Amino acid sequence: MACAGSTERVSSPGDATATLPEAFDPDRPWRLHRQVALRDESFGALAYHYGNRRLVFLRSRILVELVEALESFDSASDALDAKTTPAQRASYERALAGLAASEVIDAR
Amino acid sequence: MPVETRTRSKDSGLRDRLSHGLEAPICLTWELTYACNLACVHCLSSSGRRDPRELTSAEAMAVVDELVAMKVFYVNIGGGEPMLRPDFFDLIDYAVDHRVGVKFSTNGTRLNRSKAERLATMDYLDVQISLDGATAEVNDGVRGSGSYAAARVAMDNLAAADFGPFKISVVVTRHNVGQLDALVALADHYGAQLRVTRLRPSGRGADSWEDLHPSDAQQRYLYEWLRDRPNVLTGDSFFHLSALGEPLEGLNLCGAGRVVCLIDPVGDVYACPFVIHDEFLAGNVRDPGGFTTVWRESDLFSSLREPTSAGACASCGSYDACRGGCMAAKFFTGLPLDGPDPECVFGHGADALAALPGSELPRPAPDHSAGRVPVRLVSRG
Repeated sequence: MACAGSTERVSSPGDATATLPEAFDPDRPWRLHRQVALRDESFGALAYHYGNRRLVFLRSRILVELVEALESFDSASDALDAKTTPAQRASYERALAGLAASEVIDAR
Repeated sequence: MPVETRTRSKDSGLRDRLSHGLEAPICLTWELTYACNLACVHCLSSSGRRDPRELTSAEAMAVVDELVAMKVFYVNIGGGEPMLRPDFFDLIDYAVDHRVGVKFSTNGTRLNRSKAERLATMDYLDVQISLDGATAEVNDGVRGSGSYAAARVAMDNLAAADFGPFKISVVVTRHNVGQLDALVALADHYGAQLRVTRLRPSGRGADSWEDLHPSDAQQRYLYEWLRDRPNVLTGDSFFHLSALGEPLEGLNLCGAGRVVCLIDPVGDVYACPFVIHDEFLAGNVRDPGGFTTVWRESDLFSSLREPTSAGACASCGSYDACRGGCMAAKFFTGLPLDGPDPECVFGHGADALAALPGSELPRPAPDHSAGRVPVRLVSRG
């Protein structure tokens, strides 16, 4: 039984279904991964990946809006330009790279 | 960083936010029935006999509808033995068809070849076979005669059905802690994943706790063993061990009523699966407003989401690592909730237990134990 929202995964070494996530290229078009569901929370949102069973915390409202907006822009860079200030941009680009690594977002 | 991509964390900001509760539980345990054909001595829910008030199929599906609306990503289904419910497949089909993932725990006695094949066709479904020892001798001492063989047959059936990586779920006891490596080997043999969780003095565990809970030395061994094996799942249940050094994988907090809760077979909602007692009863899914209102508005859950005092642990430098440990373990051993866990790795819990007046301990209730020796199991192919 889990005590605190465990992030137990089914993928394990040798799991044939495990694939390496794509490296994050901000000049490509991205989207919320088709197997990921978002749930709004006071701190931002929870993301759950039904494939790798991973739970990820999106810890700001801006990040949630950015992730949801990715699909309507030709590239992640365009979405970053639209949704973040110049001072915020670099940290949100790093955040998107992290979300790509955990397959919350994928290139389309 | 505005994003947390993993949760091995001393991140007190995130933990504080989670402690204040969420719109819906991250991790919801749903016990479908109190009926069980085993009588494990540490059963957290004192299961055995079905309760005549258990939710009907229609009521259970209405609960799933609420979980869909609340965007609960998955449920942990248990019991009792959930596969004893005649509508078991109807309910899990209904959940996964509505994108509520199912992780269910079973003793495996009803998991024959055809059911394994049916399970193998389902998406969003994980199976955990309970096993409390790498040998029949150790396992059956806790789970009953024949239970080891039955669990192995279930594993064989899942493997033959090409189910994929199921989980072997082990409650760590003083008798099986020396078999952890053998349990890893067993999991590897099946291409399965090992999951180990903490014994609590809950349900019938209140009576077996003294005989089964690991020693201090075993706890230290377990901490190092888990640190070396990040692929072994724990359900975050050993966070009291994080006081020994670097934190274990997980959020390292008690999620009771904050990010976790239990719906029991009659629809009662408790703060966590290990506190089936009136003191931690928040409401019932049959109440007006259903589960959603219980989760969001019950007095009990609201109070659990208030900032907690470190109490007797305030002067300990490790409080931030273990947060005082497990509420259920404290409650059923008679310790105050704002003090050390009975298995505090620094011995503060043992000292507090020794200092307790000899008053009566809270009894886990309700008790659905069958009150008889279970019939010997027949292996099914």
